[in-house]
Amino acid sequence: MEDAEVLFGIYCPPHPQPLLSPDANHGYSKLRAAFETCRERIEQSDADLLIVYSTTWPSIIGHQIQAHPEPEWVHVDDDFHYLGSMPYKFKMDVDFAECLVDSAKSRGLHSRTIAYDGFPIDTGSVVALKLLNPDNRIPACIVSSNMYANRSETIVLGKSIRDALSKQKKKAVVVVVSSLSNRMFTEHIDPTEDRIHSPKDDEWNRKILEFFADGRLEDLSQLSREIHGQIRVQKVVAYKPAWWMAATMGQHNNYDGEVLAYEALHGSGGAVVTLTPSTGSVGDKEFDEDDVEYYHGDRDVLTKGML
Amino acid sequence: MPKGEIVLGCLAPHPPHVVYAENPEQNEPVSEGGWETLRWGYNRLARKLKSIDYDALVIFTPHWQTYIGTHFLGLPEFKSKSVDPVFPNIFRYNYDIKVDVDLAEKMREKASEHGIITKMMRNQDFRVDYGTITSCHMLNPDWDKPIVTISSNRNAHYYSAEVMNEQAAALGRACAEAIEESGKKVVMISSHSLSHRHFVTESPLPEDMSKEHIYNHSQYVWDMKLVDLMREGKMRELIDILPEFTEQTIAETEAGGLTWMMAAMGFPDYSAEIYGYQSVIGTGNLVAAWDPNSVTREIVL
Repeated sequence: MEDAEVLFGIYCPPHPQPLLSPDANHGYSKLRAAFETCRERIEQSDADLLIVYSTTWPSIIGHQIQAHPEPEWVHVDDDFHYLGSMPYKFKMDVDFAECLVDSAKSRGLHSRTIAYDGFPIDTGSVVALKLLNPDNRIPACIVSSNMYANRSETIVLGKSIRDALSKQKKKAVVVVVSSLSNRMFTEHIDPTEDRIHSPKDDEWNRKILEFFADGRLEDLSQLSREIHGQIRVQKVVAYKPAWWMAATMGQHNNYDGEVLAYEALHGSGGAVVTLTPSTGSVGDKEFDEDDVEYYHGDRDVLTKGML
Repeated sequence: MPKGEIVLGCLAPHPPHVVYAENPEQNEPVSEGGWETLRWGYNRLARKLKSIDYDALVIFTPHWQTYIGTHFLGLPEFKSKSVDPVFPNIFRYNYDIKVDVDLAEKMREKASEHGIITKMMRNQDFRVDYGTITSCHMLNPDWDKPIVTISSNRNAHYYSAEVMNEQAAALGRACAEAIEESGKKVVMISSHSLSHRHFVTESPLPEDMSKEHIYNHSQYVWDMKLVDLMREGKMRELIDILPEFTEQTIAETEAGGLTWMMAAMGFPDYSAEIYGYQSVIGTGNLVAAWDPNSVTREIVL
């Protein structure tokens, strides 16, 4: 099978401010401008589709893949409803979605397509697709983030995406929608006074951005558990976006990284970053976690051994 | 004006499966039934509600998750379609909901006075969460009473289950004050499962009851511990151990609903009415009620 062709990757935040209130804070407008830069680069590429992995679309039953050809709704965010509504109508690559489900199943994952009128596409996906692909110039595929999935399952999901790209001979831009540090202020703030919640979060975010700028995506993937413990609010079991992005983009450190913006979004760390495959390699981390090709499911440790 | 009061508190889990199994006309998918132990319990509690005089249902829902304070629905009507993001194959429900905005604003005002960060939700495009819809449908399928929906501020995520307990209790006390000053008779609803570990696969026929069981035995044992405390009227003790229960069973009590309701009701020392317990896709679900009126209080199961 030919290797998958990922033209470049984008890491961007899920919060609605860059879409709904870019002028409320200088940082929001910088993030908006960074989204615009990415949009232009997508337009200049010859990508066949955008693949979106959104941390604000949690799933429980395996991995859900959006497959409605033209999902349409008016979305409102749970927290930031006062910023306004987000009407959307997107174009999905249904063939790719179905191929991806087959690829995921062949690697042991439970997966299914989702194609229902009125299905609630999440804030992160709506923000990303409206800003990165406003005219639906190319179709998209949105992948859920299973709330119980950990490293092996997430990496296998990324590899399934590469399988599907290879099968369909499609060129993709992959989009990860996620904050860096995700601790927001727990009170309402004047947006002009927005800042990263704590110096610790800010320091870690900047360290992560150094890795991104150096193109060290696989190194970031290896550091996911540490990042989760240090700067992620414990909503889910793990910080999965770097695992998914690294697996989908080929598990190496050979990228040209560019940090287009890094700003606070109600205290959380919002960055727009691009990673373009290149030939150079940077990084000296020891990769001490096994690679995994096939997901074997729960190990049922409670039913084994002496207990 | 006479003082308002809480006339009943209900623990009302919201797996969309129970609405799917009921086949109401509002829900698009059609089922062959399933989860009868839970649904029949719900049906009996709904009949009891029909015999009670009340003005509004006030529901605390884990599926309107807010991180910046506690939010209240703040418009008189919401009409739209709710599609469950996790189980869209079984829940696509067309709803038409009336909101008691006066009561919601009163609760918001009291909560704010108690130092709780609050916000009224006044965006007409907002989609009401499926937790609210499922619990309210099962308790009042006629939808003939207005509701107040309160979001769940995720203190357990940001701080700890102990902080969640304290903050939810403060919100409960504030809501009780608001109810008293409103002069209204209110039914409170805490909408959630107990243990909350799901299976991550689903049967081809979701209502195939030969496949349904609790995720593991420890979840069941913990759930039964809570049921025992409810039967014994030890709600203060139950709330005290709730952080440990929540952590050990990744319970949906993490949202704070049960603590909120118990604090509003003064931590009842009388027996809960137990209507039914059953697993849904591995999670533990209990339908129960607390009736402050000793004359109408029953031993159901």
